[in-house]
Amino acid sequence: MSDELIQSLTVFVLAAFLGIELIRRVPMLLHTPLMSGTNAISGIVIVGAILVGGASGASTLESVLAFVAIVLATINVVGGFLVTNRMLAMFRRRDRDAK
Amino acid sequence: MIALTQTTVNLAYLVAAVCFVVGIRFLASPRTARTGNVVAAVGMTVAVAFTLALDEIDRYAFVASAMAVGAVIGVAGARLVRMTAMPQMVALLNGAGGGAAAGVAIAEFNRLVRFGDLPADTLAAILGATVLGGLTLSGSVLAFAKLQELIQGRPIVFPGQQVVNAAVLAVAVALAVVAGATEGTGWLIAALGAALVFGVLFVLPIGGADMPVVIALLNAFSGLGGVAAGFVLDNNALIVGGALVGASGTLLTLLMAKAMNRSVANVVFGAFGQLQVEIGERAVDGGTVRATTPDDVAVQLSFARRVIIAPGYGMAVAQAQHETRQLADALEERGVDVKYAIHPVAGRMPGHMNVLLAEAQVPYTQLYEMERINPEFPQADVALVIGANDVTNPAATDDPASPIYGMPILEVHQAASVVVLKRSMRPGFAGVDNHLYFHEKTTMLFGDAKDSVLQLITAVKAQ
Repeated sequence: MSDELIQSLTVFVLAAFLGIELIRRVPMLLHTPLMSGTNAISGIVIVGAILVGGASGASTLESVLAFVAIVLATINVVGGFLVTNRMLAMFRRRDRDAK
Repeated sequence: MIALTQTTVNLAYLVAAVCFVVGIRFLASPRTARTGNVVAAVGMTVAVAFTLALDEIDRYAFVASAMAVGAVIGVAGARLVRMTAMPQMVALLNGAGGGAAAGVAIAEFNRLVRFGDLPADTLAAILGATVLGGLTLSGSVLAFAKLQELIQGRPIVFPGQQVVNAAVLAVAVALAVVAGATEGTGWLIAALGAALVFGVLFVLPIGGADMPVVIALLNAFSGLGGVAAGFVLDNNALIVGGALVGASGTLLTLLMAKAMNRSVANVVFGAFGQLQVEIGERAVDGGTVRATTPDDVAVQLSFARRVIIAPGYGMAVAQAQHETRQLADALEERGVDVKYAIHPVAGRMPGHMNVLLAEAQVPYTQLYEMERINPEFPQADVALVIGANDVTNPAATDDPASPIYGMPILEVHQAASVVVLKRSMRPGFAGVDNHLYFHEKTTMLFGDAKDSVLQLITAVKAQ
């Protein structure tokens, strides 16, 4: 195992534990926006897609795959954050908060 | 364009990771949740912007055109989707994340092979991202098709299914290993193909009412696919973001399974709903069902002090959330105390009912989780069940022979009287008859949930 791998594993395990502690606090009321919001976060893979396909020198196959990956990840990010925002805007405490 | 070093960009990834964590932290309360979502989105923007400013990134037109295509689809989807179709939307978003992870892994594999530099641990991560990403993509598309009722929601089973599934998964992994050994991208793409087939086979036997578990599970897979892609690229932004999503999906999966009193394995491999048909037939005899009229129910409701509404998937299907809210308004004007009882697995995804009722502008202070509302049923005059079935079945608490025995339920049968709005006497998803319907204090109002509620509103206003 390389040192990079150990470092990556450390980051992963700690982030996973942190994630579990964070998600535990989210009430059932907000589970749907939680899913769509975290979903948008998983679109961070867009960074990977840009790194793979955004530098000149990528082969045709790599470019095609990266293009598809960027499209999919962007849908994930943009769609996820917007739809979460749309949902959360509807949650109101009392009637008079309504527009 | 400015050209940044990897170090600066790594620092930006740290900022992004902090934004994600703070964002999710803010999601813990409905008051701060919207800000949390914005904070997470800012983190994402930072990560993308700094990546684009990296020295070696120079194909801006290429990246921009791909992002434009994705953004148009994403904006349109987010704007147009109906709240009742949110499970489908989330399913597709999961799939998109998984597909992107697989694409990144295969492209990076090809690149590393070209440069003749493919360490074993990177290869392992590539295999993981390809297989996980692929099955998340096709599994999510199939879940979408089931939720959208493009294909039947009931479990689709065939003999030897699990053996076939295991074999297909083994083939996917084997092909990926061959790809690593021969350094042939074609093999890896073949592995992706097998993973896609596996994703379909994996979701086929899982029925509609188990979708909350499946969507949460696919959510976890999409996160883990991102983590694997992060290991491929040694990229902490991907690893942290993916790990948070993986943790979220895993936790929700466990919560949903617990709310059904079943293990995750049972949901995934059990083909629930298929097995119980004979058991359902057994329970039909004994007890009569009493149908009622909207006018009778209106009287009951209007002169009640406390009414608890238990909504279920039937309300979502009939798009009756707005009418339900209007009925509650009409009752509240008469001084009736109205609360909503939300079962964790009511609907087709975690929190589905809450979103629908929020859309109908029901204040969230009126929405009660199962543990909080159950002690209140004995004081309620009327429990109004709108399109919920299995989650209200008292057999879960008092009939050890019932397949759903042990599942936590909304204890509507504890109320002084129960009114059930239901289309027909067809058993619920689990294929189990609901003892509630034969109970002496239960009356049934048959019909489409929306029509029934509309009639109730008119009748209540006429009181």
